[in-house]
Amino acid sequence: MLSAGYDEDRPDVSPVSIKILIAGGFGAGKTTMVGSVSEIRPLRTEETLSEPSVLVDDLDGVETKTTTTVAMDFGRITVRDDLVVYLFGTPGQHRFWFMWDELSLGALGAIVLADTRRLADSFPSVDYFERCGIPFVVAVNCFEGAKRFRPDAVRTALDLDQGVPVVLCDARHRPSCRDVLVTLVEYAISLLSSADAVSAG
Amino acid sequence: MSSVPDDPWFDRDAGPVVRPYALTGGRTRPRGESFDLLAVVGSAVDAKAIDRMLLEPEQAQVLRFCRKPTSVADLASELDLPLGVVRIMLSDMRERGLITIGKPVRTGMTDPRVLKDVVDALRRL
Repeated sequence: MLSAGYDEDRPDVSPVSIKILIAGGFGAGKTTMVGSVSEIRPLRTEETLSEPSVLVDDLDGVETKTTTTVAMDFGRITVRDDLVVYLFGTPGQHRFWFMWDELSLGALGAIVLADTRRLADSFPSVDYFERCGIPFVVAVNCFEGAKRFRPDAVRTALDLDQGVPVVLCDARHRPSCRDVLVTLVEYAISLLSSADAVSAG
Repeated sequence: MSSVPDDPWFDRDAGPVVRPYALTGGRTRPRGESFDLLAVVGSAVDAKAIDRMLLEPEQAQVLRFCRKPTSVADLASELDLPLGVVRIMLSDMRERGLITIGKPVRTGMTDPRVLKDVVDALRRL
């Protein structure tokens, strides 16, 4: 519901919005991470299932179901009155991949959360962001009980370009998630300046 | 005689009692030019006029909330309605001249100074 008070604090001008995606396999800690750095807010969408996804998404016996509800993790960090960072956790299941194109549109960058026990779950996210040229960092969520790997080992296992930052994190801890976000934005800045250098040279 | 059970036969977990697309007359696609998840919505209506207009309660809520520019995602979250439903409502309201829908302001993406402000703010988290 419309929260009282919130309204009065908002600026009269359209704020600049920075969109950051948080991706990774099911259970990699996306919801936890969004909740650690921002107030997590409900955002859902009711999407029509396209034909191909109906085929892969085993809907035997429920052929008449054409829409499905997708809950997204949605967070907002107000940098200042005229500058807001939006965090979107991308839905992990394959059948919701079509939503990624919309979520990625105009995104500054992405965090791919990886769980070393199920590293392969992060392959699709890495492939996706490589393909559409969105800057991303890989954050290895250090689950208790999981064997620790050096970032270099994860980089090799994921076959990442040398420039892509790989960091260890704990999605439950705010300072740790904050550092991942800082790494991502600094990485995006470095890509911007190297692009400038190329176009100037 | 059967007694009335203490527990209501549905609760919050049952989900909405009215199907979300009832709000849109069953339509599942917005009218007119499509708009981004972070497109900025502003009210084009004088706040005092809202109560006199024949509006659905959700439309009146949108207008009250959009007295200050608000993103589509923020609106959907505040109204607790599915994004698809909110998009259709907003496209109808735009057609009636009740709101304006602008493009998201993304200048920050290519401006290192803005991004450095973001880094500084994140460090303070």
